[in-house]
Amino acid sequence: MAEKYIARSSAIAARLVGDEMMVMSAADSTFFILNEVASAIWQAADGCTPLSEIVAGKICQEFDVDREQAQRGADRFVDELSQHGILRVSDQPIINSSASPESR
Amino acid sequence: MSLLAEMNQKALNLGLPLSVHLDITYRCNERCAHCYLDHDDHGEMTTAEIVDVLTQLASAGVFFLSLSGGEVLMRRDFFEIVEQARQLLFNVKVKTNGVMIRENEAARLRQLGVEQIQISVYSHRPEVHDAITKLPGSLKRTIQAIRFLKSQGLKVTIANVLMAGNFSDQAGVMTLAGKLGVAYTLDPTITPRMDGDTSILSLRIPGSELKQVFHSQELVGNVEEFCAPPPAPGEDIMEGFPCSAGHTACYISPYGDVFPCVQFPLPSGNVRRQKFLDIWRHSPQLQEVRSIRARDLPTCSTCAHVGTCTRCPGLAYMEGNMRGPSTADCEKSFQRTGIPSANMLTWTRAGSAGPLIQIQSLALASSAAFEGR
Repeated sequence: MAEKYIARSSAIAARLVGDEMMVMSAADSTFFILNEVASAIWQAADGCTPLSEIVAGKICQEFDVDREQAQRGADRFVDELSQHGILRVSDQPIINSSASPESR
Repeated sequence: MSLLAEMNQKALNLGLPLSVHLDITYRCNERCAHCYLDHDDHGEMTTAEIVDVLTQLASAGVFFLSLSGGEVLMRRDFFEIVEQARQLLFNVKVKTNGVMIRENEAARLRQLGVEQIQISVYSHRPEVHDAITKLPGSLKRTIQAIRFLKSQGLKVTIANVLMAGNFSDQAGVMTLAGKLGVAYTLDPTITPRMDGDTSILSLRIPGSELKQVFHSQELVGNVEEFCAPPPAPGEDIMEGFPCSAGHTACYISPYGDVFPCVQFPLPSGNVRRQKFLDIWRHSPQLQEVRSIRARDLPTCSTCAHVGTCTRCPGLAYMEGNMRGPSTADCEKSFQRTGIPSANMLTWTRAGSAGPLIQIQSLALASSAAFEGR
């Protein structure tokens, strides 16, 4: 199966509120709240790290979840956010990914 | 509870400033009759200072950023400021009169991902709108700007401030908004000038017209529900606070002064001398605002409207006491429900009216209610 690379879109507004991330699409004003696990994936979406590596190296270790289960959840999350233009997805590394909002 | 309400509650619990209104200039190309600002430049923040403030706001947790003025496009660095704000991933709303927005400006706002543009329109008739703005041709240019913005797919809202001089044009502005395919919002609030001058309050619409607004299904939806008598307040109401000012929102002037709200001129610090987060967390003024609950309001806590009133603590502050009533909101509650506020009953007993309110129609309309008491 091809690797999946994810990058945050720049056409969004986002801010960490406590342990959750508020995200709003500038295109259609759709509003999302990402829980702690989804926020961690979001923050790691640098366009260069494969999703499988984010799941194995970050999600499974930080949240003590089964890898297969975490991968399925991550795939669903990525699909949903990419449909709203909030995440960009490619089978190649995404070079011009957005500026990092992760620490904010 | 909506997702947004949920996040507001979370921000409140965490003490985060979710929304900031930043005026980047008080300079303006219009001279609106009702404007509360002094349009001279007394030393606006530089681009670098504003970028620094934006960076601090992002770190502090601000999500919603309103950029306003004055007229924002009077600053040559306006787009640089918006670009920085968007790079910091704020949800950006711009308030403007639109006069300086042409195709290029509209395209740039779209490209930068501005979420919403709010544009002031006072009438659908140039002779009325331009007389209020004191800028000939301003309505024509503003409408052109709305078309440019719409053609870019941007979300535009027409803000219609209602005054004695344009009240009869309210329906015309609403129709215009419909024709242009943009949202419409109206505001009957006229506030004193920032220097304390209250002369512009004479522009407020009288109570009888306020009543028409509140009883218009087109404007408020379900009139019966909107104008229903207030329910008896429970303990949760008495422990509540009036609005987000100082709790999850604040205002920053072009000179770096921080206030609880644009309509609440209580100086609480200055970002040129202190870090924003220091002011937000430790300003005695903001802490005092946050400490006030409905039960602490000497007059309003005894009022039937305490749970439903739109009481603005900033307007109350401008009347002399942030714990006191805001007479403009007493008037609104009365015109909405027909039930006089506790504050109004105080005036009646004292035989005098509050200083900031036009009571001619109020006295006539409410005499029956008062006689029954």
